Amino acid sequence: MSLFDLFSDYTLRNVALGAMVLGIVSGILGCFAVLRRQGLLGDALSHAALPGIAIAYLLTGSKAPIVLLLGAGIAGWVGTLTINRIVRDTRISEDSALGIVLSVFFGVGILLLTYIAKRNDANQAGLDRFLFGQAATLVATDVLTMSILGGLALGCLVLLYKEFKLLAFDPAFAASLGFAPNRLGILLTSLIVVAIVIGLQTVGVVLMAAMLVGPAVAARQWTHRLSVMLLLSGVFGAAAGIAGTMLSLGQQHVPTGPMIILSLTAIVAISLLFAPARGLVWAKLRQSHALNHEPRNREAQPVKGE
Amino acid sequence: MSSTFAIILTGILVAAACASLGCFLILRRMAMLADAISHAILPGLVAGYFIAQGPSLLAGFFGAALAGLITVGLVELLKNTQRVGGESAIGIVFPAMFALGTFLVSKYYADVHLDADAVLYGNIEFVGFDHWYLGETDLGPQSLWIMGGLCLINFIFITVFYKELKLATFDAGLAATLGFSPILIHYGLMAVVSITTVGAFTAVGAILVVALMIVPAATAYLLTDRLPWMIGLAIGAGAIAAVLGFGLAFMLNGSVAGAIATITGVEFGLALLFSPKQGLVARARRLARQRIQFAADTLLVHLLQHEGSPEAANESTISHLQSELQWNNKFAQRVLDLAQRRSLVRCQGQQLELTTSGRERSQQVLQLGRA
Amino acid sequence: MNTDAKPLAIHDLTVAYQDKPVLWDIDLSVPSGVLAAIVGPNGAGKSTLIKATLGLMPIAAGTIQMFGQTYAKARQMVGYVPQRSSVDWDFPTNALDVVLMGTYGQLGWIKRPSKADREWALHCLEQVAMADFAQRQISQLSGGQQQRVFLARALAQRAQLYLMDEPFVGVDAVTERAIISLLQQLRSDGKTVICVHHDLDSAPEYFDWVALLNVRMIAAGPMKTTWTPENISQTYGGRTQNLIRGAA
Repeated sequence: MSLFDLFSDYTLRNVALGAMVLGIVSGILGCFAVLRRQGLLGDALSHAALPGIAIAYLLTGSKAPIVLLLGAGIAGWVGTLTINRIVRDTRISEDSALGIVLSVFFGVGILLLTYIAKRNDANQAGLDRFLFGQAATLVATDVLTMSILGGLALGCLVLLYKEFKLLAFDPAFAASLGFAPNRLGILLTSLIVVAIVIGLQTVGVVLMAAMLVGPAVAARQWTHRLSVMLLLSGVFGAAAGIAGTMLSLGQQHVPTGPMIILSLTAIVAISLLFAPARGLVWAKLRQSHALNHEPRNREAQPVKGE
Repeated sequence: MSSTFAIILTGILVAAACASLGCFLILRRMAMLADAISHAILPGLVAGYFIAQGPSLLAGFFGAALAGLITVGLVELLKNTQRVGGESAIGIVFPAMFALGTFLVSKYYADVHLDADAVLYGNIEFVGFDHWYLGETDLGPQSLWIMGGLCLINFIFITVFYKELKLATFDAGLAATLGFSPILIHYGLMAVVSITTVGAFTAVGAILVVALMIVPAATAYLLTDRLPWMIGLAIGAGAIAAVLGFGLAFMLNGSVAGAIATITGVEFGLALLFSPKQGLVARARRLARQRIQFAADTLLVHLLQHEGSPEAANESTISHLQSELQWNNKFAQRVLDLAQRRSLVRCQGQQLELTTSGRERSQQVLQLGRA
Repeated sequence: MNTDAKPLAIHDLTVAYQDKPVLWDIDLSVPSGVLAAIVGPNGAGKSTLIKATLGLMPIAAGTIQMFGQTYAKARQMVGYVPQRSSVDWDFPTNALDVVLMGTYGQLGWIKRPSKADREWALHCLEQVAMADFAQRQISQLSGGQQQRVFLARALAQRAQLYLMDEPFVGVDAVTERAIISLLQQLRSDGKTVICVHHDLDSAPEYFDWVALLNVRMIAAGPMKTTWTPENISQTYGGRTQNLIRGAA
């Protein structure tokens, strides 16, 4: 398996392109989720999307990607609002609210999918691919759908880059300038739902969380600038997508989704350990160096918090 | 024993084992860590089978429990590097573990009875078939023994360490100064969560474990303020969900695990809306009532502040309430009615003035409002 | 713009957090060109007053006007310095970028800052003596430097009225002096500055106007006439009388 095979073979090309598009979109949008300390929101919402797929199929009888993904998107959105409501109006913590929405929505999704599967309905086969994703089944129209959805989401992000940056850094200041942080926050979450919808077919609901969090965390280690972080995160996501595709298609029985996540985990580990400024290895070396020598100039040390 | 009965009883035992632990997870804000553990034990299970060279129960148990603890340890480690937020740390570790598990399964166990679907939503439908035998004697379904044993372990764990758990949950600092290591309690709880997850998920899958740990406990948290009651209510809510969920699955011919999770969600929804104290309906009513009372107090304080001052005549007219306090006509009238009914305010034509009890009340209000 | 109108006029303001009242029937009218302090004990509602003024909290009753208009209309004339601890300083950005955020209000939606905006932001950094740190990642700045970056961001707003929440908390002595001389500079340029302040010792030295707050407004006016032992002890419930120096 070589890079050349990857782009000459029709099937492989679709899979690799699909994984790449997903990596770019989720990598870039995930940065904002991570910076707003909502790293697990994506996990909850990807699980919450499952019943939407089942309900969309039950209502329309269609398996067209756009119908199912629309259902997933709406369910993910309902999940977002439910989490917000629970956190705002009860004493239940955000962490618990995420867990509640995740497990209940997913349970409903499983109930409906198994119900559909046992109706002796020959048309339904393949709905369960959203559980783990089946990148190998991606065809050209899927990749096109993913690219259009992802392009729209990224376009929205480019347009409102300044506003989203302000929202992520200082929501109170954003509000004082009149940039309605609540509505901006919901818009940003909606864009993340779009990324999740794109990812369901490729990596599935369970592993989607990593596609949002991983590239962002890796990219953060290499740079102190948000714009660079976004670009790097997209590149890391795309690289993990392509690497995962190559690793899985070379051998029998090995699904693409997990290989993408494992590639991504390797990128995260390398970044955390070896990134120039923040790498843990260098920090450790500096520490032992400082212990062996005179205490260094304190001015240069970063000052955190209060 | 009929297999239906075995399924329902297993469901109830899983619910009891999970929901009791869930109360502490909810209070300690570790719901998502439990979710992470439930996914991350997969590679441990596979490694256990690999070492035992077959689907051995005990090896699987140890491997999975170890994987659970490794997950918790890795999350802590990542958090402590200060490079990653706590929630992002969870979001990196558990998908990696799950992906590793799926990879190992597909690579080495593609033909063995361990497919990833079963890991996610289990096979409670088949618990009646695997029986344990002692010599020739049929001891009954294996899963009943496992879940019964886990219930017992959790019950003992909570009873023996109740004081420590409670203290570490509500005041970790105090617990540490009293000599109870919060870290030890943390890992102890996580170990019990891990083995409960392993035991339960062969029956009901990872997601139902999470649903039964978190949702009934959250439901109970909306219904009571006392920890013993909360644990009892959580177990009750979980058990009811197990029974009703089985019925729902039977009706729809769908997954029992999915149906039980659905019912826990329905229970939570009901508590969320109708809990006497915490429910959204009660809250909306309380806020509406408080709004008018609060407005009456605002009026009293307003009159007090301007009493005897030169602008009092202007500040104390009824029309002033609308223009300056920004109350609409109807609301201002309701506030005024309330204040007059309680004889806190007197009306002299267009002028409002405080009665003696109104003056006392407003002074009281100002004292109470102070920090 | 009505030039006679007060920079800030609050009338009968009551604010409740959920169901717990925090501010009762506040009347406050701050004249133009003063350096005003809002002083009061912990939990007196000082920060809440600032936040309600900026529309960051819903108000239960009363009116707030700036320069004779509602905040939504007067927004462009108001600069805001939140508490330094309210943001995550590990955010991937540098000092200049944070200051540039001060221009976002005038830019409005979607439009990006131009080269001129960048130069203006750099100029604002110069005014707080932080120009050398423009490209520095913000987590690498000391507490005092971070506070100065926040001040520069407010300067970048080109405002007439500045609202600052505890600008002196956790800063070094050098920064404290730098901030106070900057505030005096603003006053002599005819701007109005209102700071939440909790240090009783330095209040009469730094500010020329004061509002004493404890859930309700105890007294407000020029420092000389308002900073009396009676007013202060009434604000603090008579507990801290011996802590106060310099009271008229």
